[in-house]
Amino acid sequence: MIFLQVAAKDLRSELRTKESLNASLSFAVVILLLFSFAFDPSGEAVAEFSGGLLWLVFAFAGALILNRSFARELPNDCLEVLIASPVSGAQLFLGKSVASFVLLLAIELICLPIFGIFYNITWTPKFWPLLGIFLLGTWGMTILGTLFSALTVNLSLRELMLPMLLYPMMIPALMSAMRLTTILLSGNDIGGDDLVWLRLLIGFDVVFTTLALALVETILVR
Amino acid sequence: MGKNIRLGIGALAGLLLLRNLYVILFNLPDEMEQGPIYRIFYYHLPAYFTAMCCYMTALVASVLYLTKRNLRYDAIAMSATEVGLAFAAVNLITGMIWGRVIWGIWWAWDARLTWALICWLVYFGYLMLRQAIDDPSERAKNSAVLSIFSFVSVAITYKAIEWWRTQHPGPVLSFRTGQQLIDPEMERMLYTNFFALLLLAFVMVTVRLNQENLQRQIDGLRRRAHAL
Amino acid sequence: MSVPVLAVEHVYKYFGDYPALRDVSFSLHGGECLALLGRNGAGKTTMLKILAGLSGAAQGEVKLFGDSPRQASARRRIGLLGHGIGVYDELTAIENLTIFAQLYGVSKTVAREWLERTQLAHVADSPVREFSRGMRQRLAVARAFLHNPSLLILDEPFTALDDRAIALLQGLLSDAKAAGRTIIMSTHQLREAMELATHVALIERGKLVHFGPRTPEMLMDPGYVYRTFGAV
Repeated sequence: MIFLQVAAKDLRSELRTKESLNASLSFAVVILLLFSFAFDPSGEAVAEFSGGLLWLVFAFAGALILNRSFARELPNDCLEVLIASPVSGAQLFLGKSVASFVLLLAIELICLPIFGIFYNITWTPKFWPLLGIFLLGTWGMTILGTLFSALTVNLSLRELMLPMLLYPMMIPALMSAMRLTTILLSGNDIGGDDLVWLRLLIGFDVVFTTLALALVETILVR
Repeated sequence: MGKNIRLGIGALAGLLLLRNLYVILFNLPDEMEQGPIYRIFYYHLPAYFTAMCCYMTALVASVLYLTKRNLRYDAIAMSATEVGLAFAAVNLITGMIWGRVIWGIWWAWDARLTWALICWLVYFGYLMLRQAIDDPSERAKNSAVLSIFSFVSVAITYKAIEWWRTQHPGPVLSFRTGQQLIDPEMERMLYTNFFALLLLAFVMVTVRLNQENLQRQIDGLRRRAHAL
Repeated sequence: MSVPVLAVEHVYKYFGDYPALRDVSFSLHGGECLALLGRNGAGKTTMLKILAGLSGAAQGEVKLFGDSPRQASARRRIGLLGHGIGVYDELTAIENLTIFAQLYGVSKTVAREWLERTQLAHVADSPVREFSRGMRQRLAVARAFLHNPSLLILDEPFTALDDRAIALLQGLLSDAKAAGRTIIMSTHQLREAMELATHVALIERGKLVHFGPRTPEMLMDPGYVYRTFGAV
């Protein structure tokens, strides 16, 4: 369970400086605001693309959090020390993923009520299933994002590279999460044909978690 | 590979393409519903198959690089991806032209069309990552990992997009309903042109491969010179 | 003869086609201390990174305690002091050491003990960012020694240190040597290194051109190794 200690270390670092947390949160709110100019925020149709809108905000906010994941280890060459320690690459990766996951989920849970107020969406009756979708979707984004963070950590262009690699590849997870969120925010339950999206989301998480854990050691050892 | 063999295969591909172009334009009849524009399929579909073959090659070469750590495999993966992107672009552009004529719009957000674009962006990201890494061994290793992720993601997206778009039935038809290509003569031409494009792709990959290997030798010599 | 603590056999490492290390072989036993000399870019850091498990050899084999450097059991016994100090600026001294104690599976009380030993106990709860350069270096030394490593890998350890940190590190290293630990360090600071070293190696353009015991001449005249064994 050493990965939990890695996660705790990352969270403690982040909570002390709040550099990516503050940036990510304010960025999310700005985007929520900007969307109101893109279409009529009080219209009937808002519920229909609520899921899409919300997950775009999460994806943008997520990139800011994930960018910091491995970059946090660069000052003072901490990354080398971590890789040389007896902690395996997979544990290190899992710890970092968990830390980013917690941060991103926190931002999402702050954005949800703000979104509800701005766009007149009732989300409280479906909170628990909604949380379930947030957990699954966020995990998918975090696992890919953390892997790409490790992949790009030594690049001078890493802040640009990460979203460019991440967004096209997480489309299946993003689509599922958008769809399921829209269903819930429109006041419906997930069932019948929509279960295929739930399966896709879970499948995405399982496949990429396995693949990332299998390959991360290769990435970290140069 | 010998320069002459490469030239020979290239010439063969060129001749075959010319001959196919002649047959497609002058010998084969118009398709009943679509008229002359249907001929673009002879390039559209084979280009798609060729691109897929390239991506598959890149995947295999990437896995081989990670197991054997031989930079030749990295060069193969990189060349195949580049050529694959070129053929995927042919596929996308011919698809758009066809869509403009038949559907009246350049871009219809059809399932396959969307998927092809995502595919293109994913593999373009691979090339971008390569450009950003200086050390050849590090570049080979990291991009091999990314190539594996790209392939898996693209495979998952394939199904997902289909669900997404079929659940949102648009005013457009799927490519698959245009299956009047059962006419054996037309079908044969599809395969012949696929073969010609595959040969062309093969030659292009070997040319890029050759350049890449030379580039690597030059870089090695440069480093050696700096070390003196 | 006993199993060497560290055995490097015919190791090659390439950056693309450029060989950064060519056919390097040597071994070290407990209680031995190797000073690894060479110009910038000769391959010293590359060699040390392979030993620390940060990088893999393209060909050849590295064994630490008879095991691969990527085995957790081998890495648990390595103490690494690289170019960077390897501690987190935003965390306090004690938090830093506690984390590394956890990662190495040693008790948290060890972290306090090491703060005492490195004379940092009075600033245990201040963030590292507020530390002076010397204090940061002492914390890095504490971080590298805290799990009582059997093999110390030090990349240019004396270069950036102030007098107090040098004295501390020298004391710790000679204690470690006396206790039968193995030390390998790359260095420019010839005097400090030569006093500790039992063996000396010289790397030139990726090749190990000399490996042997440290002789009295080397102690007297730091340039001796380069002049006698160097080709360039």
